[in-house]
Amino acid sequence: MKDILDKLDERRAEARLGGGDKRIEAQHKRGKLTARERIELLLDKDSFEEIDMFVEHRSADFGMEKQKIPGDGVVTGWGTINGRTVYLFSKDFTVFGGSLSEAHAQKIMKVQDMAMKARCPIIGVFDAGGARIQEGVAALGGYGEVFKRNVIASGVIPQISVIMGPCAGGDVYSPAMTDFIFMVRDTSYMFVTGPDVVKTVTNEVVTAEELGGASVHTAKSGVADGSFENDVDCLLQMRRLMDFLPSNFEAGPPTWPSFADIDAIDESLDTLVPDNPNKPYDIKELITKVVDEGDFFELSAAYAKNIVIGFGRVAGSTVGFVANQPMVLAGVLDSDASRKAARFVRFCDAFNIPIVTFVDVPGFLPGTDQEYGGLIKHGAKLLFAYSQCTVPLVTVITRKAFGGAYDVMASKHVGGDLNYAWPTAQIAVMGAKGAVEIIFRGGTPEQIAAQTKQYEDRFLSPFVAAERGYIDDVIMPHSTRKRIARALAMLKNKHAEMPRRKHDNLPV
Amino acid sequence: MFKRILIANRGEIACRIIKTARKMGIETVAVYSEADKDALHVEMADTAVLIGPPPAAQSYLIIDKIVAACQETGAEAVHPGYGFLSEREAFPRALEAAGIVFIGPNPKAIAAMGDKIESKKAAAAAKVSTVPGYLGVIEDEKEAVTIANEIGYPVMIKASAGGGGKGMRIAWSEKEVAEGFTRSRSEAKSSFGDDRMFIEKFITDPRHIEIQVLGDKHGNVIYLGERECSIQRRNQKVIEEAPSPLLDEATRKKMGEQAVALAKAVGYDSAGTVEFVAGQDKSFFFLEMNTRLQVEHPVTELITGIDLVEQMIRVAAGEKLSIKQSDVKLKGWAVESRVYAEDPYRNFLPSTGRLTRYRPPAERVSDGITVRNDTGVYEGGEISLFYDPMIAKLVTHGPTRAEAIAAQGNALDAFVVDGIRHNIPFLSALMAHPRWKSGNLSTGFIAEEFPEGFHAQTPEGERADVLAAVAAAIDHVYGERKRQISGQMNGRTVTREANRAVWLGDKEMRLEVKRENGTIGVRFAGRSDDGKGAVMHLESDWKPGEPLWGGTIDSKPVAVQVRTIANGFALSYQGVETRAYVYTEREAAYARLMPVKQAADTGKLVLCPMPGLVVSIAVKEGQEVKAGETVAVVEAMKMENVLRAEIDGTVKKINAKPGDSLAVDAVILEFA
Repeated sequence: MKDILDKLDERRAEARLGGGDKRIEAQHKRGKLTARERIELLLDKDSFEEIDMFVEHRSADFGMEKQKIPGDGVVTGWGTINGRTVYLFSKDFTVFGGSLSEAHAQKIMKVQDMAMKARCPIIGVFDAGGARIQEGVAALGGYGEVFKRNVIASGVIPQISVIMGPCAGGDVYSPAMTDFIFMVRDTSYMFVTGPDVVKTVTNEVVTAEELGGASVHTAKSGVADGSFENDVDCLLQMRRLMDFLPSNFEAGPPTWPSFADIDAIDESLDTLVPDNPNKPYDIKELITKVVDEGDFFELSAAYAKNIVIGFGRVAGSTVGFVANQPMVLAGVLDSDASRKAARFVRFCDAFNIPIVTFVDVPGFLPGTDQEYGGLIKHGAKLLFAYSQCTVPLVTVITRKAFGGAYDVMASKHVGGDLNYAWPTAQIAVMGAKGAVEIIFRGGTPEQIAAQTKQYEDRFLSPFVAAERGYIDDVIMPHSTRKRIARALAMLKNKHAEMPRRKHDNLPV
Repeated sequence: MFKRILIANRGEIACRIIKTARKMGIETVAVYSEADKDALHVEMADTAVLIGPPPAAQSYLIIDKIVAACQETGAEAVHPGYGFLSEREAFPRALEAAGIVFIGPNPKAIAAMGDKIESKKAAAAAKVSTVPGYLGVIEDEKEAVTIANEIGYPVMIKASAGGGGKGMRIAWSEKEVAEGFTRSRSEAKSSFGDDRMFIEKFITDPRHIEIQVLGDKHGNVIYLGERECSIQRRNQKVIEEAPSPLLDEATRKKMGEQAVALAKAVGYDSAGTVEFVAGQDKSFFFLEMNTRLQVEHPVTELITGIDLVEQMIRVAAGEKLSIKQSDVKLKGWAVESRVYAEDPYRNFLPSTGRLTRYRPPAERVSDGITVRNDTGVYEGGEISLFYDPMIAKLVTHGPTRAEAIAAQGNALDAFVVDGIRHNIPFLSALMAHPRWKSGNLSTGFIAEEFPEGFHAQTPEGERADVLAAVAAAIDHVYGERKRQISGQMNGRTVTREANRAVWLGDKEMRLEVKRENGTIGVRFAGRSDDGKGAVMHLESDWKPGEPLWGGTIDSKPVAVQVRTIANGFALSYQGVETRAYVYTEREAAYARLMPVKQAADTGKLVLCPMPGLVVSIAVKEGQEVKAGETVAVVEAMKMENVLRAEIDGTVKKINAKPGDSLAVDAVILEFA
């Protein structure tokens, strides 16, 4: 009996070794951890339960029948992060370069199915060379099945992709369908077609880093939601992120004891908005002073910086924050900012995370660039996303809320539950000067100045909107956290429904 | 007594004067520029009058506007504070003409002391010790030696027309005087075409010691002991203390009496300061007299118990001094640090902006320790580029010098400022400096002890232990909370790992952390249990999110500032600012495998060293530039800062143009 048990140990040891010591060392030399080391860092100590450790590929072409390594290039299973269950798959670059075979795909599908059944989040760690060419179409089939499952799981359980090495071709579309993508700087890249193909087809010479490195996807393309210095930094931050996320669309946000007083007032917020309406200020100061303990997990920080999105907690429970950033392009809404915020709003709504919106927006960005790029449809995405929300929406207008952008930014009209404004708010169709030049076309400069003053006094305040009930209350900046916390507590059991339909038709 | 006074100043000194006036039942009027609309002194005063645009020359320095503000508000007297109009003879005269009392000395006294040569003459006439020297023209080396012998060594031989160190020599003996005189004279002749020479006493390792005097309009003058202000950076006082560790009672009395004699000689009738340069041998020589309240007056107030502002107001109102010289007793020791909005790691360049966080240590009088913070700012306020970037004057008083210094160190540790750069790390490093603690000071202290400027201090020894232990304790509190998150799997508690590896900069410290009877116990690995520093017990009611970890380590008070960063904490303590990462052993093992990345190469970039306005760009794209050439001029705090190329190269790209307002580290231009 003993030797049979020992045999198990032997087979496990063999599987754990993956591609062998040499390849593990090579992986380390590249500044990367192995699939199993990554899992160790991601999960609570000793909580990993591996499945399909002994799975091998069934390919018999090109001599593959002679090369079999248990696990077949991906480590799958489940474990806990601070006691909460997550499923995961972690591509093993040391085994066939992490390439996807039919068996490999089946292992991923199995954990996807299990995560769906158990209604727990799934995390995919990517570090692989794409499809296993030797298997050809079987690999393509495998990809398709994984993609389909990503889509089925979308909005049911959080899906997170962590890119920690190459991720190209067929591999990129599974991450693209998940909720968040994170990358590691200098060691990861993502693209549909690599530099070689680019050169062949377009004669463009480009490095992998230039084509799809972390800096490209976090700042230029917006494909990735964040990047980190190295594997350790990244995985520890993934643990932090998971503490914000619900396990599924029904569980509601996780909670923990908060140390920050929700009744505390913060006088410094009374001076946040500068006297000069053209002077910027950092909206992140407001966010960090409203969330518990200043703990804010910002997403897409380097992309479309004119809008800030991310998770914080109020009274110990997760809240999504969306805020125009006056420091960048005066906080204007453009195509990128609209898309960035829209996707985040939809994530929060899908997973019942309440949304707090801080508004200081001078409007949509004018110009041919934006119009040719489809600003109408991109702006509509954010409008659509807010309008379809059934989660609690609390909005605070700190300064400008001009024109159509006012409507878009979780206004009363599109479903805001509680809409507050600071006394410094200016809710109007446009700035005074522009408005007066239209109303009093052809006036002398003196007349224009007088009318501008009149317009400012009448409309550039929160009170015209408050008189109409578009603003529920004008609040003191120093009590913002308190008022938000109360609003969210009051809305805890908010129930709203959209009419039955097959699905909506988001202006994608 | 006055019913209402106006304070012709801003910032901390205006606030400080308002406090005393209020205590005396006097109403206060503040004046302010447009930039100070929301300033603390405006809020504190009973009334406030706008006197013009932000530049001081268009507001705080305009006498007519102050006089008008008095007339408008019915203020009977004006306190000028320090700086601005405080030492302008024309100001009290204008006030007098308008029938308003100046809370300060009479204009004649200001005039008499305002001129360097006149004041030296007055001092000499009043038998105040002045630097011995011979101001006449010296004929030859023989005469030079005779004069030097009279003065006493060392002496300084100087060219009358001199400058830039040319024709200047220090001589320690007759022989050196003879040689030096001839050589200096020929140097002077060739450099300036003028070989007139003079000799004066050279004071080695000089110290700056000043006497506080207080006079009334009835001819009474007393002195309130001395202050030592030898810790200076480029002639700017950084740390002040009272009394001076140098003086003994006899010297103090001698200096005090001379200061009083001078004050009497010029008819001085308010608070003033007679500055001396002192040798390590307790010799002292008159430097100048400041006819105003000094910035560093609080240290005198704390050791004498006398409110100088109150005394100034009383004597201005014509009251006789109620304090006699014999009433003045010096008690304990006081130390003051000037907290400035300037970046100690960037050659103390000023930093401006919004104080996103401002939590000074609590003012208190307890256990024989006084903590006083004179400030003119508040959280959410602005450090404006128009004025002196002083944030606060932190003053501590204790029974002994050592206790006052320890209290100052603790108070600096607990001084939280965010949003701008500040010099607290430098002040903390000074407080911990052994030479400062020993009292062996000189005005060259900072230049001698920090010859390469001030750089980030690395955590070593006990400081490293404290930082590691606090980081571990903080991490422990976070960890305990994490394990209370909702939605955990039933029947499977998360295993808590007691062993940790704390990374402080590039130093790794292994330790074990656990709760022990209300404290967090930290055991450093590899140190024998009975040995010193093997175990620490930390007690604190710190909660996540608080910027200050305050508590005790083995019953000793400790304050460490905490700011969370990704996966770790930025800590500061006793002038050491460090990043701390608290890893489990496994995390540390993997973190060790991570590549060390080079910081982005900024050598090819010219960065804006401080927030400011681009005045000019001296180069064009494609231009070849040699190291040291001017590439741009940036203005901040009214100062033009010339930025020079650090390398030879070709300008690849210019990112800024004149008139641009830039943030710190903004890229102005790039080299190819």
